[in-house]
Amino acid sequence: MITKMSHTCIYVLDQQEAQDFYVGKLGFEVRTDAPMGSNARWLTVGPKEQPDLEITLMPIQEGIVFNKETAKSMRDLVKNGTFGFGVFETPNIRATYEELKAKGVEFVKEPTEEFYGVEAIFKDNSGNWFSLGEKR
Amino acid sequence: MKKKASAYPAVYLYRRIVRAKLFIDQHYYQPINLNDIAHEAYFSKYHFIRLFKEAYGQTPHQYLMTQRIEKAKVLLSQEHIPVATICFEVGFESVGSFSSLFKRRTGITPQVYRRQERRKRKLMQKQPLHYVPGCFASVSGWTP
Repeated sequence: MITKMSHTCIYVLDQQEAQDFYVGKLGFEVRTDAPMGSNARWLTVGPKEQPDLEITLMPIQEGIVFNKETAKSMRDLVKNGTFGFGVFETPNIRATYEELKAKGVEFVKEPTEEFYGVEAIFKDNSGNWFSLGEKR
Repeated sequence: MKKKASAYPAVYLYRRIVRAKLFIDQHYYQPINLNDIAHEAYFSKYHFIRLFKEAYGQTPHQYLMTQRIEKAKVLLSQEHIPVATICFEVGFESVGSFSSLFKRRTGITPQVYRRQERRKRKLMQKQPLHYVPGCFASVSGWTP
């Protein structure tokens, strides 16, 4: 029986800039920051209210996972907003929306009443988009 | 037709509340007078406290204390500066009140928190693979 998800992964264009975004703008905390050789970090973040989830900020760089060509394709796909990586929840979407907007987060959908609650959509600073929801 | 939630007049209230919250985020280390913030956000004090709590689940004072404790946690884990210095740097006026609030919120003293975080940090540096799930490690070519 699977009971929960503990780790998930978001591909980002620049790991440090992604950390600045997720910590500085979204208010997440760094969970793990471990050096993996000279040119890599295992970096995970998560919402302060959800301590058992680690979101890995995985840089798209040439190496074992991507060769030069696939790294470029992946970077282009992320930049162009191809991927939606999930839904974040907030108890008060209007306050959160106003706060993130004030911090310069790009929204592609402002809070809108849907049958399941109120939903907005924003992008991170790589181009990945997320729903921001307040459940009914 | 879908109704835009932001078209509600409540949006203006949220902007003012958020402005006050961001003020606390930026000035947490200073002596903050909540009357001034309420005034800054154009609210009466009691109306302000009620709306702030509705939005963030804490009163402005509780939120300020949360911010100070969170900043102290970062400093305790990263910096080699004495606990007393950190206490004043994040805006507390006495080490006693800082330590007792810290313990109430986290269950441990600032000193114990610092030791735990340093141990964890050291292990992350020495044995990083202990923190990486196997699927990510193998696909990235990270091996012991």
